[in-house]
Amino acid sequence: MSENKLKMSSSPHIRSKDTSGKIMLYVTIALLPASAFGIWNFGLSALVMLICTTASSVLTEYIYEKLMHKKITVDDFSAVVTGLLLGLNMPASAPWWMGVIGGVFAILIVKQLFGGLGQNFMNPALGARCFLLISFTSQMTTFIYDGVTGPTPLAQLKAGEAVDSMSMLIGRIPGTIGETSVIAIIIGAIFLILMGVIDLRIPGTYIVTFIVFIGIFGHFANSDVGFFDPQYITAHLCGGGLMLGAWFMATDYVTSPITKKGQIVYGMLLGILTGLFRLFGGSAEGVSYAIIISNLVVPLIERVTLPKPFGKGGEK
Amino acid sequence: MNNCTERIYNGLVKENPTFVLMLGMCPTLAVTTSAINGVGMGLSTTVVLVLSNMLISMLRKIIPDSVRMPAFIVVVASFVTIVQFLLEGFVPSLYDSLGIYIPLIVVNCIILGRAESYASKNPVLPSIFDGIGMGLGFTVGLTAIGVVREVIGTGAAFGKQILPLADAAAGTGGYVPVTIFILPPGAFLVLAFLVALQNKVRSNAAKKGKKVPEASGCKEGCGSCGNGGCSGKVFPTGNEK
Repeated sequence: MSENKLKMSSSPHIRSKDTSGKIMLYVTIALLPASAFGIWNFGLSALVMLICTTASSVLTEYIYEKLMHKKITVDDFSAVVTGLLLGLNMPASAPWWMGVIGGVFAILIVKQLFGGLGQNFMNPALGARCFLLISFTSQMTTFIYDGVTGPTPLAQLKAGEAVDSMSMLIGRIPGTIGETSVIAIIIGAIFLILMGVIDLRIPGTYIVTFIVFIGIFGHFANSDVGFFDPQYITAHLCGGGLMLGAWFMATDYVTSPITKKGQIVYGMLLGILTGLFRLFGGSAEGVSYAIIISNLVVPLIERVTLPKPFGKGGEK
Repeated sequence: MNNCTERIYNGLVKENPTFVLMLGMCPTLAVTTSAINGVGMGLSTTVVLVLSNMLISMLRKIIPDSVRMPAFIVVVASFVTIVQFLLEGFVPSLYDSLGIYIPLIVVNCIILGRAESYASKNPVLPSIFDGIGMGLGFTVGLTAIGVVREVIGTGAAFGKQILPLADAAAGTGGYVPVTIFILPPGAFLVLAFLVALQNKVRSNAAKKGKKVPEASGCKEGCGSCGNGGCSGKVFPTGNEK
């Protein structure tokens, strides 16, 4: 009898094979080119920093969940991604214990105290980075490259000096461990797009809005720069944490909007805030703050961009 | 326990304004960058609280109910002005570091809350002791937050360096202060952790079957309690309206 074969169940009826563990594993793989380049670029201290942040994140998650008698979620790789991203956002010259403090802060305070995976209100890695940046400003903004302490290209750009966009594209510049090489980041991003983990909506609108903002207002921040000066825009795109932030941190599932319209609003907000902080803020870099501030307004964005179910809201 | 010592115990432990009632959060978060500031702010508030409780309790039968709020504010503001001038004259350094938060004691909700919920309904002596208890509770709260923030944020306590600082120029190792703790976010972090800690202590004591001191207002139902934000959520009594 055919009706006996009908299976009655409530929705969802179509299930994806993706699990959070699998997605996080893809993100970890996608971060490997940037990590490898960072280690090659900055030497062994970068490797030590990455190990410290990752190990402390994973350990904190394990110990907290053990103590609180919760389900141990270390194997879903989310703590690994948090730790790795935090490490990629640290200067290689920072002492190792700063990475450990950052990892503990990211997992314990930003993630677990708010309810663990899926409940955190801002990106844990960036929350921890900003915590460290405010606490240890001098160590977090001193970049040693080839044994010389020098300004990042972005700081040079802000001071009105000329920068070499080609070496910024490859990544042979001072900066945090993972942000310097645009090429390595793009390789990871393409992998993520091909695997369907991220789409272009957030990073695309982010970068386009940022280009428009920098193109128009770059002139007001630095009068030598014309409107839509290609050299200036390229340097801003390749410098600092924009690429790492746009592809890997703004796209974090937990702290970005689910609605399609919301993702576009979110991307535009990110672009405007980043441009604002970089051009008119006190420091040269503004990606981290732009992303965590935008994270905070995500619930509001989702509320106003909620799609209407079919048939609702017709006649008033 | 007689009524007066009971009021002090109530203010310090049972209804600690900082950790239990969560009143006066604005000065709590803003001035506790160091232990000294915490003590200074707490004691200034205590003085105002005791004097205003005393005067309001004396005047409780004279002040018409419909204008009691302006009347309370006038009384409190007079005492705050006196305290402000005394601080400016005798401890100018403390006056400078507390800044705008001294005149803001006028609108501190602990003072108005105690005037409204206790002093305007009770005799003079218990009101004075209520003021002392609440004021000391506030002082203890602010000092605790101040000490934690100062030690983590600068490695010092009460202005004395207790953890030797690292000196990068001289190459000596030591404590690297976590500056965020003397900035506004640190206040929220420390307050949250201290409140969590005292809740844990209370719930542990409750589990062991010890008598947990509960806020005194709860016995008579929520109507008589000064803690408007609780409304039966924090201290379920079963007899709230």
